[in-house]
Amino acid sequence: MSADREHPVVERILPISVGEWTRSVTRWDAFAVLLVIGILIFLGEASRSLLAPLSELQATPLSLAPVHLPEYAARTTLRMLVALAFSLLFTFSYATLAAKSRRAELVLVPLLDILQSVPILGFLSITIVFFMSLAPGRVLGAEFAAIFAIFTSQAWNMGFSFYQSLRTVPVELLEAASVFRLSPWMRFWRVEAPFGMPQLIWNMMMSMSGSWFFVVASEAISVGNTTVLLPGMGSYIAVAIAQKSLAAVAWAIGTMLVVILIYDLVLFRPLVAWADRFRFEHEAGLPPPRSWVLNVLRRSGIVALLARPGAMIWRQSFGWRSFRAAKAAPRSHERLRRRGDRLWTAFVLVVAAAALWQVSRFVMQELAPADIGEAFALGLATLLRIVILIAIASLVWVPVGVWVGTRPRATRVVQPVAQFLAAFPANLLFPLVVSAIVAYGLNPDIWLSPLMILGTQWYILFNVIAGAAAIPAELRDCCVNLQVRGWLWWRTTAFPAVFPYYVTGAITAAGGSWNASIVAEVASWGNQRLEAYGLGAYIATATQKGDFHRIVLGIAVMSLFVVLINRALWRPLYQHAERKYRLG
Amino acid sequence: MDATTNVSPLLQVKSVRQAFPKPDGSQLLVLDDLNLDLAEGEIVGLLGRSGSGKSTLLRLIAGLARPSGGNITYLGRPVVAPAPGVAMVFQSFALFPWMTVLENVQLGLEALGLPGAEIRRRALSAIDLIGLDGYESAYPRELSGGMRQRVGFARALVVHPNILLMDEPFSALDVLTAETLRTDFLDLWSEGRLPIKGVILVTHNIEEAVLMCDRILVFSTSPGHIVDQIKVDLPQPRNRLDPDFRDLVERIYVVMTARPAASARASPALEKTRAIGMDAVLPRVSANLLSGFIEAVAGAPYNGRADLPVIASSLHMEVDDLFPVAESLQLLRLVDIEGGDIQLTDAGKQFAEARIDDRKKLFQKLLLAHVPLATHIRRVLQDRSSHVAPKSRFLDELEDHMDEEAAEQTLRAVIGWGRFAEAFAYDDQSERFSLENPT
Repeated sequence: MSADREHPVVERILPISVGEWTRSVTRWDAFAVLLVIGILIFLGEASRSLLAPLSELQATPLSLAPVHLPEYAARTTLRMLVALAFSLLFTFSYATLAAKSRRAELVLVPLLDILQSVPILGFLSITIVFFMSLAPGRVLGAEFAAIFAIFTSQAWNMGFSFYQSLRTVPVELLEAASVFRLSPWMRFWRVEAPFGMPQLIWNMMMSMSGSWFFVVASEAISVGNTTVLLPGMGSYIAVAIAQKSLAAVAWAIGTMLVVILIYDLVLFRPLVAWADRFRFEHEAGLPPPRSWVLNVLRRSGIVALLARPGAMIWRQSFGWRSFRAAKAAPRSHERLRRRGDRLWTAFVLVVAAAALWQVSRFVMQELAPADIGEAFALGLATLLRIVILIAIASLVWVPVGVWVGTRPRATRVVQPVAQFLAAFPANLLFPLVVSAIVAYGLNPDIWLSPLMILGTQWYILFNVIAGAAAIPAELRDCCVNLQVRGWLWWRTTAFPAVFPYYVTGAITAAGGSWNASIVAEVASWGNQRLEAYGLGAYIATATQKGDFHRIVLGIAVMSLFVVLINRALWRPLYQHAERKYRLG
Repeated sequence: MDATTNVSPLLQVKSVRQAFPKPDGSQLLVLDDLNLDLAEGEIVGLLGRSGSGKSTLLRLIAGLARPSGGNITYLGRPVVAPAPGVAMVFQSFALFPWMTVLENVQLGLEALGLPGAEIRRRALSAIDLIGLDGYESAYPRELSGGMRQRVGFARALVVHPNILLMDEPFSALDVLTAETLRTDFLDLWSEGRLPIKGVILVTHNIEEAVLMCDRILVFSTSPGHIVDQIKVDLPQPRNRLDPDFRDLVERIYVVMTARPAASARASPALEKTRAIGMDAVLPRVSANLLSGFIEAVAGAPYNGRADLPVIASSLHMEVDDLFPVAESLQLLRLVDIEGGDIQLTDAGKQFAEARIDDRKKLFQKLLLAHVPLATHIRRVLQDRSSHVAPKSRFLDELEDHMDEEAAEQTLRAVIGWGRFAEAFAYDDQSERFSLENPT
């Protein structure tokens, strides 16, 4: 839910400065060329053998030798980047349609809201069959399926954020665009897309870290009796778990650290620095984000030379006739359209009801009402876990966050670390915990639970840090002046000031934990399988068995839980926090 | 009108009205029966307070929306969409923060699909004309307000429009910067160096209108309509201290303070205010501001009677600041307003001399006597045994007479005054009125 809410601190991570280097054109060019060639080699390496038949893939089994890790990492990252490209395409089309057409909005926005909260993981087995049939017998089909799975974990929050940006473009900018007669095409690329860009990039980063959860599930694909292991980090981990190799898991974690650092360096840091100029309002006193990679690219003459033709065509496309349909301004009221709207609403409701009927009939074919009761009971068990975990994480991280946030020096050190931890795929750490549970024979109902919040708790920490850092200096001085200290200070200053930020973080953490429960409530180590009592385990088990009825039921119940909690708890809480405690 | 009779006007607005549907199905009329001609070489000012629909009219002319009735023609053709040859300068500048000065200026030309060299040449010459040389590669956020609005002007002028629409272009700037920009614009305009044929200026600043316009249309509120048309024959450049200039300003003040319609001019303004009921929209003016204004009028050099334009300029208040204060005071019978003068009543004099506690008592008396909404809230609270009433109760009642926004504003205004007067208390968390303040 909160992925669309922008976090102010994200641009502040580790501003790497290269100082004042000599301004020789050749040096920048050399760097830029190296960078570009490096990226090309990476793309070539990673996309090799896409068209090879599946049998070839099965003939060369995955190796746990660390030598292969760079290749696996490259292939996994490429999959994620391709999925990210599709997510962008989806965002620009779906969100734009939703924002531009009132009738489309009526359907698309609630749909997106549901998709955001639904764990798509469970549907993988259905989509895999479809994608494998697109390129039968070839690796490409499996790749499609994997990329689609990753796509489903990235696209929704990006789409939602972009839709919200489009809806909040300042009126005067739109009016200026109209008065100067920008075509819809030009208006989109010069006004609307730039306005949404900072939010979108922040959400891309969230999506990227979120999708690591799905990589493990999506690279190890089983169709019927055969299992395809696409070469990649996900498969590597799966094999490591099957062979109980802690060393391999450690290698994988190390590789991931490097991979995340690299794509942060060459992709997201430059993007964030580049998108800074699209920010509509600038927070005072924050240094603008910088990226030396971006600087290198910007200062290189060769890059500028290569980019020029593209920019030219782009510019000229704004003048193309076919894109320049002038639209008449709307009349202030049109009765006819209202009637059409009502018809449309009725139509949508009928279709939705029919779909609901179909789904429930499909589910009830095999299942009895008792199954529904069971799913709800399991849902309550998972809910209880999440509530307890969020409470514990809050008790730990709120005081720590406030302590760090009120000390600028500590903030500078801790904040980037917290953000890095949030971006790190926590499920890579699962095997470590699971092997410990197996070794000590611990109760999985309790000890599997922390896994759910392992990756998401950091959102609470870095949001609280940001909130505490945002307490105005004058307010802090005033507390010192009035000798407000100890518990009184926490009660009257710290808690109210960080509350809105805390709520944002808690929403993200809770939402992420629901999703994580599917991966975290069932875990295996070698041939040993641990299962906790919960809805996540229910869905995961049903997925393994290919029991579509239970998958649908489990997902429907989980979605219901998520949507209900969002509506009944988080949204009102967020609004209350915004109204009462927002400083300034 | 004499100079324009033989040429067809650039722009014609004929009996335009604009209404918005209200939730209950009825119509909210914001503009009624508006007529306006713009001839070549003319600067026409639309002067009025906020909410008088002058900006709405400007947006209709710009083709950003279409009127519910009447028609607008530009060079003889009806305006149904933004027309080529009509450019606009915005109050908030409306610059694109992700584009440099040059890119912002080039925007309109790119939309026209002109060749690159032509775009560059024209953009640079507009930048040169408006005095932005050297700033081409700056981003708007690096510029001061005055320079930003220069970019706004350059962006509008570069498309060589026939008509330039200006929506309070100087009101977001400080006094000095605004004056410089106005003078620069007028110099360019009277030297004929601007590629435009006519200007429509929306403003709420009376002096600005007299300084710049050849003709001023004075707007009045609910629904917006033109109450008077004033021709300004003073030669450019105009001098604010010139007695003729002062006379015109004074005259416009009189027109704008005569409430509410031209037909009521015979009866004193005070008489009209007696009629206010629950349906009156109240302006949000703090009790502090009211006290401060009374003190200013009571003190030297006014000693209880002030000329509105004079006190406005000495207190740096624009029409939108001044009129709500003056009207609130008039409503509470603390002042009388007539012929552009404001004079303290006996109650007003008493208020000026009193100390804070007595002021509150007096304010309470006047509030409960003359503001029916306050009287009503107080009575409801007294009648209830709990002495508590929810905000929604009064909001609903107000919404029978006005739209949601106005109802909220009116209630907020009464809450502010009620608190100062200690007539009742209000808790924003529970959204409830009560009789007692916490003790």
